[in-house]
Parts: sequence; C-alpha cells; structure tokens
Amino acid sequence: MDFFDNIFTNIYAWLAFWLHELLMGWNLPKDVESALVSAIMIILVIIVIILWMVLMVLILIWLERKNAARIQDRVGPNRVGPWGLLQPVADTIKMLIKEDILPENADRFVHTIAPMIVMMPPVLMFAVIPWGKGMVPVDLNIGVLWIIAVASIGTIGVFLGGYGSNNKYSLLGGMRAVAQMVSYEIPQVLTIVPIVLMVGSMSLVKINEAQSGWFGMQWFVFAFPVGTIAFVVYYLSALAEVGRTPFDIPEGESEIVAGYMTEYSGMKWALFYLAEYFNFFIVCVIGATLFLGGWNGPILPGYVWLVAKTYALVLLGMWIRMTWPRFRVDQLMNFAWKVLVPIALVNIVLAGVALPIFKMIGF
Amino acid sequence: MLDEYGIVALFAFVAVVFPAIPLLMAWVIRPKKPNKSKRATYECGLEFEDFPAEAQNVWVQFRVQYFIYALIFVVFDIEVVFLYPWAVAYNALGLFALIEMVIFLGILALALAYAWRKGLLEWT
Repeated sequence: MDFFDNIFTNIYAWLAFWLHELLMGWNLPKDVESALVSAIMIILVIIVIILWMVLMVLILIWLERKNAARIQDRVGPNRVGPWGLLQPVADTIKMLIKEDILPENADRFVHTIAPMIVMMPPVLMFAVIPWGKGMVPVDLNIGVLWIIAVASIGTIGVFLGGYGSNNKYSLLGGMRAVAQMVSYEIPQVLTIVPIVLMVGSMSLVKINEAQSGWFGMQWFVFAFPVGTIAFVVYYLSALAEVGRTPFDIPEGESEIVAGYMTEYSGMKWALFYLAEYFNFFIVCVIGATLFLGGWNGPILPGYVWLVAKTYALVLLGMWIRMTWPRFRVDQLMNFAWKVLVPIALVNIVLAGVALPIFKMIGF
Repeated sequence: MLDEYGIVALFAFVAVVFPAIPLLMAWVIRPKKPNKSKRATYECGLEFEDFPAEAQNVWVQFRVQYFIYALIFVVFDIEVVFLYPWAVAYNALGLFALIEMVIFLGILALALAYAWRKGLLEWT
C-alpha cells in the first residue's frame, strides 16, 4: 500500500528531478536554478489543486441535486451524461454564454469585484490543508490562524455585492449576510481553541499527526466531552457561516428576493453560486482535518480517507439542508450568541482543566 | 528555495487571477445587448422609475442591532487573538496560565452576560 500512499509525493519528486535535469543544460547559477525549480513546482501544485477543487465542486453540485431529488422523491438530473453527471458542466457553459446585466445605478467596479472577492478565501485556505502523507502545499506553523483569518475575506465580498448593486433587497441581504457571518465566526473560531490546546500547535500537519494511532480512537471527535462538543459547535457554525439552507437568511427568497445576489446575472452570479459550494467543501475538509483525523486511517491511502471523511460531512450537510426549514432571523442570532458562544467558552475552560488531569493519568 | 510565505503569496496571486478567468471568458463570448428595462433596478415587477424620489433612494436607515452585533464581534475577535497564543503555549505555562485565562474569559463572559441582560442580543 506504500506505493499508492506515496504516489503523489513520488510524482512530485520525479517531476522536480526531471525539471532539474532539464535546467542543467542552461548552466544557471545554483541558487537561481533551485529557486526556479521550486517556483515551477509550486505553480504546478497550485494548478493541480485548483483543477481538483473545480472537479470536486462540480461533483458536489451534482450530488446535491441528486440527493435533494431523492429526499423529495424525484429523480433529479438524468439527461446530460450518465446519471446526469455532466449537468453541472452544461450549467457552467450556459452561465458562460449568458448576458451580464449591469443595473443602471450600480457601482460598476464594486459590482464586478464582489464575486471575485467571494471566491478568494477557499483558494487561500487550500494552501495549508494536508491532503495526505507529505501532501501539503505549505505547512504554515500558524495554519489554523491563517484559515480563520482568510475566512473573513468572504464577508467583505458579500457586503460589497449588496452595496454595489444599488438595490434595497441587495443591501438588506448584504447587511444580513454580514451580521450572520460575523456572528457565527465567533463560535467557529472559539471552538477550534480546545483543539489547538490539546495539540499545542496551530500547524494543521501537527494537528493531523496528533490524531494518528489507536485505530481512529485518537480523533478529536472522540475526545469526549471536549472534542465532541467542539465538533458539533464547529459543524453548526460552519454551516451557518457558509449560508446553507437552514441558515440561508441572507438570500431568503421568500423575503428579500435573492439577497445580495438579486442584481447579479451570468458569470458573476455563477461565481457567487460556485463560491458557496467551494466554501462548503473547504469547510468540510477543515472539519475532517481538525476533528475526524484528516488523512489518518487504515489500509486505504491517506488522501482517499480525507476525501471519504469530507464527503461524509458533505452528505450530512445536504441531509440537514433538505430536512430543515429556514430559521427566523432572531432565532438565528440567538442560536449564535446565546447557545453556541457560551458553549464554546465553557468548552475552552473545560479543555484547560481536563488536559492536565489526563496528562497526570498518563493518557 | 522559496520560503513559506512566498508560496502563500503565490496562492494569493492565484486567488485573484482564478475568479477573473471565467469572468474574462464570459466577457469574450457573451452577448452584449443592454436596454433600458433590462438595466432597470429590480423591484418585484414594478417600474423603479415611477417611484417617488424618496423611495428611489436605496440608502435606507438600518436598525442599530447590526452595529451592536458588529461591536460585540470585534470584542470577541480581539479576545481570540489572545486565546490562540495561550492555547499553543499552554503545556509550557502550567496552572497559573489556566487561572489567568479563566479570569480573562470570566471578564468576557460577564460582558456577554451584561449585553444579554441589557437586551442587546434581542432581535426585536
């Protein structure tokens, strides 16, 4: 199994070596050459990650539509390709050739830049995720902090979208989105603190390594009660942060048309739509990495385990989306500030007290 | 060798370029036929032009709750900045750090309780 486990790292090493051989002929100075090789390799890695991410999101869209259909006793997309698998591709092509309607009063620059900003955080977050053994683009020692820091960029994009459209519904949707994202960011950020506390490092690779061994019993979700509570709080606030259906008040179509997306059409709208799925996917990846052991698992290669765990979380999110009605805005805010934040605060203290005790027993 | 943050900078560059590519592609191949009613502000089927002047102004006043939530958010976010280094160094710091952090969190919980009691967390 070592062969499959290391296949990507081996391909990487082989490509780097080959590139090195290729550049030998140019007689470059040694440091220039090695810098060039590593730069080209990183660009390749980024391209592969982006392609992988786009593929995952297309599958995610198909999966969500199929799932929704099954839960509502329909068939779902089944015409384009086998089982309708090419439906998201067809949708993307359709969005590409749609006219982009810019409202007369809208702020042209802000209106255009908003969907681009919304797309930024998932790409930035992909930089620090360990995809498998040795498969991490950058092992930042502040990985967790980096993730929560760039996660808040999306808020700005959403608000710019609402603000630049010059429409009441958009502005209302933007304001609601900011209030919701800001509120749910707090429990999400607080609930990762116990994990950092248990590991003693913010590097995602270190967090991953701390969960290896004991056949999965060292996953933080099983570190009862601290890890379990942290996982539940993280998952709920992540769903709300992304704006999935029980928490999709910013775009509640029965109240404010489509929220901040009201005045968007064509590819700009598609970017907002895709960003939601990108964010949902990355949030599930981070959840799997922090709480479900990341790429640790028996028999199968690490990256398969990470994807499997991610999809378990994704399917759970889809199930929640299909079975719950939308919250009211006051219920939503109360849930964040009166339930999740106190639980997360108590959880931190609990972790601080429990950790030395476990250490003393020699756990 | 590129250092860690060089790679991060490359990722940031890609994060800017990546969403621009589909927008550019769409700009090349999409039809461009704007007209007045297409470009009108969306208003549930009504003509935005016919509205009285004060209703055409979209800069409506907002309830103060949004601002208060933002304020509480800033307080908590700053606290998080202090919490993370504490969590990383916890094993080395020992009991005293725990007591300190309990006091720190206690003050914050007190502030949250105060805001709660004052009804600032109510969405009326």
